[in-house]
Amino acid sequence: MRHLTPRAAISGIGELKPVRKTDNVATMDLLMRVSAEALADAAISPDQVDGLLVAPQVGETPQHVPATVAEYFGMMPTMSNMVDLGGASGPGMIWRAAAAIAAGQCETVLCVLGNHRNPVPPKSPNRNPAREFDTPFGASGANTSYALLMQAHMAAYGCTPEQYAQIAAGSRANAQANPMAIFYGQPASIEEVLASPLVASPLHLFEIVMPVAGADAVVVTTAAKAAKGPHRPVHLLGAGEKITHRAVSQAPNLTSGPLKPSIARALAQSGLDIRQIDFLSLYDCYTIMVAATIEDAGLCAPGQFSNWLQDNGGMGPEARQPINTHGGQLGFGQPDLAGGMTHVVEAVRQIRGQTPHRQISGCDTALITGNGATMSEAVALILGGAA
Amino acid sequence: MIDLSALKVAGPIYEPLNQPFWEAAAKGILCVQHCDACGKHVFYPRPICPHCWADALKWVTVSGTAWLKSFSEIWKPGHPGWIPAAPYFVGLVTLDEGPTMLSHIIVDGSDIAIGDRLIFTPTVIGGAILPCFRKETT
Repeated sequence: MRHLTPRAAISGIGELKPVRKTDNVATMDLLMRVSAEALADAAISPDQVDGLLVAPQVGETPQHVPATVAEYFGMMPTMSNMVDLGGASGPGMIWRAAAAIAAGQCETVLCVLGNHRNPVPPKSPNRNPAREFDTPFGASGANTSYALLMQAHMAAYGCTPEQYAQIAAGSRANAQANPMAIFYGQPASIEEVLASPLVASPLHLFEIVMPVAGADAVVVTTAAKAAKGPHRPVHLLGAGEKITHRAVSQAPNLTSGPLKPSIARALAQSGLDIRQIDFLSLYDCYTIMVAATIEDAGLCAPGQFSNWLQDNGGMGPEARQPINTHGGQLGFGQPDLAGGMTHVVEAVRQIRGQTPHRQISGCDTALITGNGATMSEAVALILGGAA
Repeated sequence: MIDLSALKVAGPIYEPLNQPFWEAAAKGILCVQHCDACGKHVFYPRPICPHCWADALKWVTVSGTAWLKSFSEIWKPGHPGWIPAAPYFVGLVTLDEGPTMLSHIIVDGSDIAIGDRLIFTPTVIGGAILPCFRKETT
């Protein structure tokens, strides 16, 4: 596999504070506000942006999304696209931005996602096999799919509910050091996680992300331009992506997902070993997702995630390899498709050294994972701070 | 147990491609596609075989025996129409012919485990007879 020289770097980030509910807020407004934050952070003006990557769920805009967002922003990009990989969309944007820059089509790409939580969310008339062949039997929504994945993982390896619950408790603990997090001021012990209502066995309520309104934006540009910016540039060192299925019934494997080859590819491109990664920013829609990702990353054997977490010293900034210091989506909240981008933004902050009260000492490298649908759309990134 | 036939829930969407599946279920028969070129059974219905891409799919009746690959007891349904039935079980059902489908699992109490042998059990849910499963009695 060919090694990637760092051709692109992250020079700006923006993130809105998540909120449980909004009233009459337009998604486009959230996207524009968070983009303004990211451009200010990169110390560039909007006319310097010539690439734009957006996600599909921009509420009022079901079609022609990139053009609609570009027009709203007053931009005329030379490269624009919609990245539709569910929770993997954010990380998926980063390598696509780098690839577009390497292809000479643009120099500075704005990657932006977010959504409102108005009382009546816009619903698209979703026609797909999951609707046709799962919904009639009483299975609708991601909770059921991840419950099926978790039940299979438990049965295969004999893991206990307490072992998964420690991931929710660890995420809540991390959220106590992030005032932006929706669960700031609300820690939860393993016992409290297990005492929360069963939603779809074996998943308890606190093992499931809280949907919130919010937005995240990232500016990706050339290494040369990033070096002139106000912050330590964060280079893309490697990326991997894999899509295996859509409906959980069609998953080729219930206990290991497409992140396994994605992480392997990203690491190979970076030339780093997983044990050399300073920060693990792992997509966590559910506790089972973190458990499966620790195992798919090769940090331990399948079924051994809990023992590994014990040896790792938990998930906090003092752990050997800290995990999701912003609280993860389990502690921070899931701002719709921007949820996956919160993991990128936190990794950039850690590598820059901008995370008071939760800073990892000597953080130079990070693994970011994105995951969509039913453990079926995967993106892994390796980021590294400029020397 | 609640009468599932009384539920007001989203039923099947009938399309030319999937109609044979739902029509057979309504007659108490389990049918899936079979590829005459590669010999594999196919679920859910496709225009051509997703395994070998031959245009050789035919509808066949299958045994109706299967094993339980995974399951969940649903306490908080994703669709409000299912709330009166909660808690209830859904599962991933691997047919003896190969394909895996998701289905409603009829369970006595909480007697269910991954690996259980299952048998096709047509059941009225809402306004339609659907291909559900229950544990095989030995």
